Amino acid sequence: MMGLHRNEMVVAAFGLAAVALLSLLPLVSEGFALSLGVNLMLYAAMCTAWALFSGPTRLVSLASAAFFGVGTYSVALGLDSLPFGALLLVAALSSAALAGLVGAATLRLSGVYFVIFSLGLAELIRQIVAWSQSRFAHKMGLYVFTDLTERDLYWMLLALTSLVFVVGWLINRSRLGFALRIIGDDETVARHVGIATARTKIILFMISGAFIGIAGAISAPRYAYIEPQAAFNPMISFQVVIIALLGGTRRLWGPLVGVVPFIILMEFITSRFPNHSSVVVGVAFLAIVYLLPDGVTGLLERLRDRILRRAEPGVSSTTRNEIGEKAA
Amino acid sequence: MQILVTGLLLGGTYALIALGLTLQYGVARIMNLANGETLVAACFVAFWLFTVVEVNPLIGMLAIAPIAVALNWLIYAGLLQPLVRRARNRGMLEVDTILATFGLLFLFQGLMLLGFGGGYFSYKFLAEPFLILGDSYGLNRVVAFIAAASIAALLYLFLYFTRYGTAIRAVAVDPTSAQLVAIDVPRMAGFAFALGGALTACGGTLLSTFYTFNASMGVVFTMKALIIVIMGGVGDVRGATIAALILGVAETTVASLIDPGLTLATNYALFILVLLFRPQGILGRASA
Repeated sequence: MMGLHRNEMVVAAFGLAAVALLSLLPLVSEGFALSLGVNLMLYAAMCTAWALFSGPTRLVSLASAAFFGVGTYSVALGLDSLPFGALLLVAALSSAALAGLVGAATLRLSGVYFVIFSLGLAELIRQIVAWSQSRFAHKMGLYVFTDLTERDLYWMLLALTSLVFVVGWLINRSRLGFALRIIGDDETVARHVGIATARTKIILFMISGAFIGIAGAISAPRYAYIEPQAAFNPMISFQVVIIALLGGTRRLWGPLVGVVPFIILMEFITSRFPNHSSVVVGVAFLAIVYLLPDGVTGLLERLRDRILRRAEPGVSSTTRNEIGEKAA
Repeated sequence: MQILVTGLLLGGTYALIALGLTLQYGVARIMNLANGETLVAACFVAFWLFTVVEVNPLIGMLAIAPIAVALNWLIYAGLLQPLVRRARNRGMLEVDTILATFGLLFLFQGLMLLGFGGGYFSYKFLAEPFLILGDSYGLNRVVAFIAAASIAALLYLFLYFTRYGTAIRAVAVDPTSAQLVAIDVPRMAGFAFALGGALTACGGTLLSTFYTFNASMGVVFTMKALIIVIMGGVGDVRGATIAALILGVAETTVASLIDPGLTLATNYALFILVLLFRPQGILGRASA
């Protein structure tokens, strides 16, 4: 089982080449392009991590902002006592712990409870952080001063994105991934063949949350001054959902397709029409539901299938799909 | 004592908002996350009616409710029914409607932000003291509570003592069986959705008489309504009413004894307790 298939070697080679190419960006550009690159990389990591959980289970998690904020605050609170690398670990562990608690409370029940719970989670933690800060520390924010440049952050986020991909690929070929696919297809069947559905979902949610927490921790030095409103900005959760669904969550690389167009659109909107961003987000949600239910990658795949079917009528499209499913 | 009464008065309005949501989710099977936006829109209409046209909000409600019925029916028929038809099972419908109503939430919120800005609004309606058991409360709060209670009572009579209401309850219990006894399920679902929107709009109108509102507060109220609905048991009118009163009292207690910034934390604490101990709702029976 552990041997690499030839197709997978090709994919891995392409992936490595892409990572190598992307890692050159900070060397050739500074300023705006790099800052945009950091943003893109940040959302690439978060959306892929989001899709690890929400793709196969089809549970829309709106908790990304909460994990992001927990990660950011782990860095802000521990910067004086621990090295940055250790703080990333702290961020991962505390986000995973939060995900575990949320999962234990809601994932045993029907999906709606989970969605509702995650909807207010970031706001809940924001209120508690703001309250405890004003109560015990008598100030609203924390300073984060590091020697890390934008360039370092970009590389870290690129490494994180690659890590998410490797982990996602490993999950896909493990028992956990197999169990998840069955749960996604039919939860009753999954329970009957002896899969601990709740536990599987909770573990995956913790992995996904930990990655988003690390992404938040890496972003902390960008803010310099961290306050609850910025760290737990609910917009993060919604953008992550839109990007991932826009790209499509059936494939590991699906969310990547959504990152570039949507982040550039949002940059454009926030600089030109800052008051219209809610409307844009609303229209984006509606467009995804009504026009692109499987995302851009789903649309492309359907088109490819149609063309292939027309070209070689002998080959049934279902076997093709199955092959594609295994390779991805 | 003062906390208890204030909480109950607040809970009355919450109950109306949550009843709207429980009809939409329990009968029409639509998890309407844009519910709070209906409420905020009603607040603004009531504000406009009172300050510009000088219409008493209680009379204004007679205009707001039919408009809300019409608009919500249009939303259901135009946007949500295609999703109901497309969905292969309940899980898919849930995901689709959640995302679609999210879209509506942001769209409406964005439009209201563009129209009114992010500022806070309030108007003075019956802002006089009213004595209950020796303590004084705002008369507007008392009036809002009485109005909410009467509307809820009317709803109860409608649901439990008319054929139409019984049909709606039947759809809530089991849409497939309801079809077998010649109930037009899609029409009932659309009607329940529209009626639910109207109830929420009434709740918003009453809320605006004593509450300072702004264009982006809808989500918070959606959250509260959702928690109440789950606490009371989905589709359960009596459970939702009791849950709303509990939430109102709990919120007021925490806000006045600890910190007003922790109201959401109170909501969540209740939510977690319900999820852990009675996920079927306080009056609900455990399902198989």
